[in-house]
Amino acid sequence: MRKLTVAALAAVITALTVVAGAATAPEQTTSLTIYSGRDRVLVEPVLDRFEQETGIDVNVRYASSTALATALVEEGRNSPADVFWSTEPGTLGLVAARGLLKPLPQATMNKAPARFSTRSKRWVGTSARSRVLVYNTQLLEQSQLPRTIWGLTNSRWKGKIGIAPTNGSFQAFLGAAIHLHGEARMRTWLRGIRNNEPRTYPNNTTTVQAVARGDVAVGLVNHYYLYNVLADTPGLPIRNHWFQSGDPGSLVLAAGVGIVSSTKKHAAAQRFVEFLHSKWAQRFIARGPGAAEYPVVRGVPIRPGLRPLAQVKGPKYSLGRLSVDLPKAVRLLLEVGLLK
Amino acid sequence: MSNGAAAAVSSPRRRAPLPLVLAAGLVAAAAAVPIAYLVVRALSADEAGRALVSLDLTVELVVNTALLAVGVVAAALVVGVPLAWLVVRTDLPGRRLWGLAASLPLVIPSFVAALALLGALAPRGLLQQLLEPLGVEELPEVTGYWGALLALTLSTYPYVFLLAAAGLRGIDPSAEEAARSLGSGRAAVFFRVTLPALRPSLAAASLLVSLYVLSDFGAVSLMGYDTLTTGIYTRYEALLALDAAAILALVLVALAVVIVLLATRFGARGTIYRSTPGAGRQAEVVPLGRWRWPALAFCTSVLGLFLVLPLGVLVWWSVQADPITGRAGIAWDAALNSALAAGVSAAVGALVVLPAALLAWRYPSRIARFLERLTLSPSALPGIAVALALVFFGARVGGVVYQSLGLLIFAYVLRFMPYSLASTRASLDAVSPRLEEAARGLGRKPLGATVSVVLPLARTGILAGAALVFLSAVKELPATLLLRPIGFDTLATRIWEGTALGAYAQVAPSALLLVAIAAPLVYLLSWRNAWELGAAD
Repeated sequence: MRKLTVAALAAVITALTVVAGAATAPEQTTSLTIYSGRDRVLVEPVLDRFEQETGIDVNVRYASSTALATALVEEGRNSPADVFWSTEPGTLGLVAARGLLKPLPQATMNKAPARFSTRSKRWVGTSARSRVLVYNTQLLEQSQLPRTIWGLTNSRWKGKIGIAPTNGSFQAFLGAAIHLHGEARMRTWLRGIRNNEPRTYPNNTTTVQAVARGDVAVGLVNHYYLYNVLADTPGLPIRNHWFQSGDPGSLVLAAGVGIVSSTKKHAAAQRFVEFLHSKWAQRFIARGPGAAEYPVVRGVPIRPGLRPLAQVKGPKYSLGRLSVDLPKAVRLLLEVGLLK
Repeated sequence: MSNGAAAAVSSPRRRAPLPLVLAAGLVAAAAAVPIAYLVVRALSADEAGRALVSLDLTVELVVNTALLAVGVVAAALVVGVPLAWLVVRTDLPGRRLWGLAASLPLVIPSFVAALALLGALAPRGLLQQLLEPLGVEELPEVTGYWGALLALTLSTYPYVFLLAAAGLRGIDPSAEEAARSLGSGRAAVFFRVTLPALRPSLAAASLLVSLYVLSDFGAVSLMGYDTLTTGIYTRYEALLALDAAAILALVLVALAVVIVLLATRFGARGTIYRSTPGAGRQAEVVPLGRWRWPALAFCTSVLGLFLVLPLGVLVWWSVQADPITGRAGIAWDAALNSALAAGVSAAVGALVVLPAALLAWRYPSRIARFLERLTLSPSALPGIAVALALVFFGARVGGVVYQSLGLLIFAYVLRFMPYSLASTRASLDAVSPRLEEAARGLGRKPLGATVSVVLPLARTGILAGAALVFLSAVKELPATLLLRPIGFDTLATRIWEGTALGAYAQVAPSALLLVAIAAPLVYLLSWRNAWELGAAD
């Protein structure tokens, strides 16, 4: 009986789809479906170019990398996705751990340095970014900024810190820190941050904007959002500050891409992955309008004025570990009450 | 509702045609299946999933949600009832215009209300800039509980206003006149006779308002106030925790059921009794005299805060770029998508409730009542719970169903068909079954008689119901965020994405367009129709 109702329900929805579908554009046959955790503004020009070059149509589902990873796990074999392009290695690792990503060819893996990919070959880095402390130059001098994240629990930062606890990169930073410094120490640190009454924002962009407005003095974000916000409004009083060498607050993360196991368009998906490592795409990621990430492919220059990656001394941490450490970070954030 | 009357005059042939029962049963079953999915999923959550919903946190979110619902209901009553009384019962200058204006905020979705209020009332927002010459350097921050309360009161007090106004018109004036003649003052009559007589209307309105607050996602998250819906969304969006989201969604549904039971107990089954049959008399008009000025001041400040201020902010942003995020245009493609999804939902929503409505009207029986109740039940289901259930369902079934426009429309229809059923039922009750019998006697087949005679007579209610489905679907946010097909943006999701990027001013033109699309529908719903809708159970 339950099967019957479910079947009837599916039939009703199929009928609705047909009715509604008749009113919208017809489905393309040679199309690739991409789950993108990356923002629309940073992705759309790349996809347009890919469509032009290859004649392959692209459908994109934009959401947080976490939501997309959750969706991929829930969908399993039913997933309409061919490619998962994520802002954050932990989500890629979690999806890969369920066997939902295909191994990539060695030639693709060789494009990016080993630190920005995984030994299992299930995903490969497409760009790198560093965690930083963005600060308001009208409210603070560089010399007043803490040299480590531990300094942020000092009470003089009360009400002055902006964080984005739902953001995957923030959670990845915390996960890496838990691995490096132990859960107990990070619990103490998070409590210290919480006692400093930080303001929470939905993402990096709004955190940087809040710093620019002076709502908070500093924000824990990825380095390139500064350029994104400055591209909209040049001249805002914001600057990036890197913590001292080895500090988890300067962790270097990677955005990466993987091919979904259930895809029936493997060749097109592989072509898309290769396109992301092309000179054009890497240059756009590094220097396109409002963009300022570190390219992973050798020989592509970074944005002028940006601190070179070689000078960013993050902690030693293998990004492949994040599939284990990310859930720990989430649990800790809930436990301390920074997430609800 | 006049169930008794319909039964008394119905024909001796009481047995309902099987196809009608089956059709109504299928629709009712469709209403029940998603929730069954949610229950199964929540109960089968593994330990890792359960670890992401601690008891303490769940209690905190339930308390937060309940406190907000209580606060918004109280505020909506305080604003809506006096407005209704002034507009319906007094000689307030321009009362027809005030009446129309007072119901207009109905078309402002709560997340649009929240972003406009945030823009206007931020410490260094637009209001502060206006007051700067007077030496106001900073306003207190309106976020968290009070911010959410303000935004949700804006979006919900019109329900109280419309139902209270309809209630006031429906009250038999003889009881009030009797009390007056026995020496009671106006205030005493209002509190001891009028208000108790309004109780069913106010209970129904309070139920609507509290269910709205329970379902709200946009306003509470923009205001940074943690409720069950934000907890569910955070687990879905940011915590790799669908099982945990399902558990919280079930808690939310349980809270909604508790509220419905409470409201039913306190007389939400709104029937306004008359002592005499036939056309009602209107109560005498109360002359305000000198009280006219405070009354006008009250109306002006309510509408200033809840209509002029938010719309003013949106207009200001539309013409003036924001210093941080710049300016953007209207998302016309998204507007088309909104209209398409809401339009199809309205049409489907009007059609699918017909079997249940006809059954309950023409063949009242225990089964008919049961199917009607079941079809009405999704009105208590928060959109995010429906959406989550359909995400599980869609991912399991896969294929063309998953992430299809059909699934989104299915969610809209499921969630909003109670409005269409209530409205259709109300207008069917005014149609005498004898007319159908006459048509049958003249040789029409049952279906033919229904289509050519009954439905045209009930068209006002059917259309009002469809309009209400359209209005609700066009404003819907959380279910749309979870269920929209790939590449299918609606105005609501586009505005939401903009706010997530801090681009409040950029989405202002789209928000204005959304309000403009919904605005004409208020006309359909105001006054008389609202009475029918409100009186329907």
